[in-house]
Amino acid sequence: MSNRVKTDRIVITATINGEERTFLADERDSLLEALRERIGLTGAKEGCNNGNCGACAVILDGRLVNSCCVMAAEVQGGTVTTVEGLATPEALHPLQQAFLEDAALQCGICTPGFLVAAKALLDHHPRPTEHEARFWLAGNLCRCTGYDKIIRAVLNAADEMSNGR
Amino acid sequence: MTTTEKPKVIGTRPVRPDGVDKVTGRAIYGADVRLPGLLAGRVLRSPHAHAIIRKIDVSRALAHPGVFAVITHDDIPLPAEPVMETIRGPMPSRWENERLLARRKVLFKGHPVAALCASDIHTAEDALALIDVEYEVLPPVTSLDDALLPSAPVLHDDGFAADIPGLFEPVDGRSSNIARRLELTVGDVEQGFRDAEVVLEHEYETAMAHQGYIEPHNGTAQWNRDGKITIWTSTQGAFGVRSGVSRVLRIPLRDIRVIPAEIGGGFGAKNVIYLEPLAVLLSKKSGRPVQITMNRTEVLEATGPTSGTRSWVKLGATRDGTILAADIRLEYEAGAYPGSPVAGGARCALGPYHIPHQRVVGLDVCLNRPKTAAYRAPGAPASEFAVESALDELADTLEMDPLELRLKNSAHEGSPRTDGAVHGSIGALEVMTAALNHPHYRSEITGVSRGRGIALGFWQNGGGESSAYANVHADGTVTLVTGSVDIGGQRAALAMQFAETLGLPYEDINSLVGDTDSIGFTGNTGGSRTTFATGWAVYQAALDVRDQLERRVARIWEVDRSQVTYDPDGAVLRGPDGTTMTFKEAARRLPGTGGNIQGQADIVATTVGKIGACFGAHIVDVEVDRDTGKVEILRYTAIQDVGKAIHPSYVEGQIQGGVAQGVGMALNEEYIYNDAGVMLNSSFLDYRMPVANDLPMIECVLVEVPNPGHPFGVRGVGEVPIVPPLGAIANAISDAIGVRVRRLPASPRVLLEELLPAGS
Repeated sequence: MSNRVKTDRIVITATINGEERTFLADERDSLLEALRERIGLTGAKEGCNNGNCGACAVILDGRLVNSCCVMAAEVQGGTVTTVEGLATPEALHPLQQAFLEDAALQCGICTPGFLVAAKALLDHHPRPTEHEARFWLAGNLCRCTGYDKIIRAVLNAADEMSNGR
Repeated sequence: MTTTEKPKVIGTRPVRPDGVDKVTGRAIYGADVRLPGLLAGRVLRSPHAHAIIRKIDVSRALAHPGVFAVITHDDIPLPAEPVMETIRGPMPSRWENERLLARRKVLFKGHPVAALCASDIHTAEDALALIDVEYEVLPPVTSLDDALLPSAPVLHDDGFAADIPGLFEPVDGRSSNIARRLELTVGDVEQGFRDAEVVLEHEYETAMAHQGYIEPHNGTAQWNRDGKITIWTSTQGAFGVRSGVSRVLRIPLRDIRVIPAEIGGGFGAKNVIYLEPLAVLLSKKSGRPVQITMNRTEVLEATGPTSGTRSWVKLGATRDGTILAADIRLEYEAGAYPGSPVAGGARCALGPYHIPHQRVVGLDVCLNRPKTAAYRAPGAPASEFAVESALDELADTLEMDPLELRLKNSAHEGSPRTDGAVHGSIGALEVMTAALNHPHYRSEITGVSRGRGIALGFWQNGGGESSAYANVHADGTVTLVTGSVDIGGQRAALAMQFAETLGLPYEDINSLVGDTDSIGFTGNTGGSRTTFATGWAVYQAALDVRDQLERRVARIWEVDRSQVTYDPDGAVLRGPDGTTMTFKEAARRLPGTGGNIQGQADIVATTVGKIGACFGAHIVDVEVDRDTGKVEILRYTAIQDVGKAIHPSYVEGQIQGGVAQGVGMALNEEYIYNDAGVMLNSSFLDYRMPVANDLPMIECVLVEVPNPGHPFGVRGVGEVPIVPPLGAIANAISDAIGVRVRRLPASPRVLLEELLPAGS
């Protein structure tokens, strides 16, 4: 079979969830594709592939981005945090714990994006109001929950983290 | 009732068994399945809404480096049986095949024409452009008005429907796009109107809308050389996928194993097979496992949605507000193939009310849009929006409080239902009374351009087949396996019912979802049936465990089996003279006294007659921005008879999610087409679903009127909550601006261009 594929591959080195990774990617790969297809981190989800649903949200160099709208080549030398990087071996992140206890997920497909976006929110605004949380998370679509329990979980996690300090 | 008097597990809010996987990114959804040698599949879709396929040439694509296989309709075998049964009645089997891959004609923009697999997604995308298709473009029919014209182009001119009575019957001697007509009657509607003192009639419309799950459809398949097939997919029912693939590809059920991946939302549309048979065929041709995923445009253009509708409602009442007669005509868009949910709309339209004389006529109309699929309470939101609006118009005419009018006409045990049955023990009156007494309804609403609306909702939950088995381990813990995929906490709700039956701690139950080779046949997760029907199955499996334990312990104690009883209060077996043995101790002794035990159940849950009716009442306050046309939801209260809430958080979650989807249908969501039949808003940017800052917190009131047809009193809860929001919001906007809203969505454009000018 003459199934030789002609593609242009590039080598990328980046710090992903605290670990320096060097990987080969197609030059056309988005960061989302690179995470899922090249590195095997399938926590970030593809819901729309054009930046409208937030299911693929990651934190790139301290900034919340939709990884479907970032080229893999752009993360050379950068630092990426995905949902897989939120928990430690010892404990879940308070946001993850709050999502569990407050039943903030039903199907769970949007959950990785919400958790990452909420982490970015609390990194910037440790004590958001409900109004601030709703506006910050407006870039993440959830079709199951009506957002009620998600917002409650984020506010409860913020409380927990502030009181824990 | 053989369970404990006071529930210990039911009604609590434990963390779901699959929770940690889902918050850490470890849960495997369909698109996350990775296999050695996995190829990427893509589907070529029609750019035209209506066209004849003259020729398909795949040779250039097949020659492209990195492409492994290409399939067209010629790769799908002819059906074994000419007619197939569907939930919407018998249909020609060929249409199912042609929906998956078009044969002679394409019937909607996005209709699959060919599929291929390649070494990676980019190569597959490149190669799609190399499949050459010649079309003869036909005029499209994309609106109900166009489809019903005597001169309209007819979609189904292939003659396959000829042998099926009632399908595409000629209208005035001509073939038409009306697939089916149904008529339901109760009493004598003409007499009812003759007796009425007040009669009104109005027309209402809703737009085609999508289920909008965040996870696109996917299908992964591996065809082994021994003819055995494994399919991984995000579906509401693994057994449904298995039977669909078996029927379409003519492969014995025995040879197909479907492994349900985690599912990222479905709301009805993931009961349908789209990609799985194509992935199987591509795997067979390529000799490699193949994964196909849709992008968002494909999801919107070619899956789901629910029908756009037109409803005409005529009501007759006496001056004191007693409704005597209702006459309704429903026209529902089926999409490219017959099968709109018009029957559901017809059955439910008048569900919350006691009306002695009723007639509901429904039409299922084909047009060049995607074939509609089930969407949460299929058909009910549209017809009940019409009725709930008409009731408010009647209340206006009679100068009555809209809720008082509803309460006066509330359905109760013995009320006639439109489907010919009679209501059993139902919570309609309780729900309406709870709404009337709720502080939200009692509060004043003040301010300019603010209004309040209320609406009722009715739906029935499904029954059907479910299986469960429970392995009791020597340490007293249990592995519980069912066939119901977990779309929103089912593993938890099922483990809780099992634990309750035996008096065990929730934490001791490991609740899993089996695949089609490891668990007995189980119907899909849909129709509000899972906590109800599969809950019943796990209850029966627990009773089986109990029975086996009693026999075993009788043997250990060397007493007659009738002298041993299991007491769930304390999870203890009781014998003669006060002898006891705990569940844990009995479990520990099983291996040495005849082996471990497995409790098992296969049940067919029934919803006929007295059970399965669910009601909701919603109260909403809105504010209309007269400059932008945006409607803000200020406060929302949803009251629902849930029978018995097993896990109240997930019951509330179902209600809150249903409300959000209903808000979307009421305010923004619609398919917008151009004259060529091309959808103009096929992205999440332009198909505008509610986001976090569009909604307030949604207060839920759980009314518990136990379902006498379930061991724990469960009623299905998932579907009712999408029904009332359309009517409630339309009524609230009308209250706010003084102009009646009779067409949804009431989007900013509609408010600015049509409604607000009419009021000024």
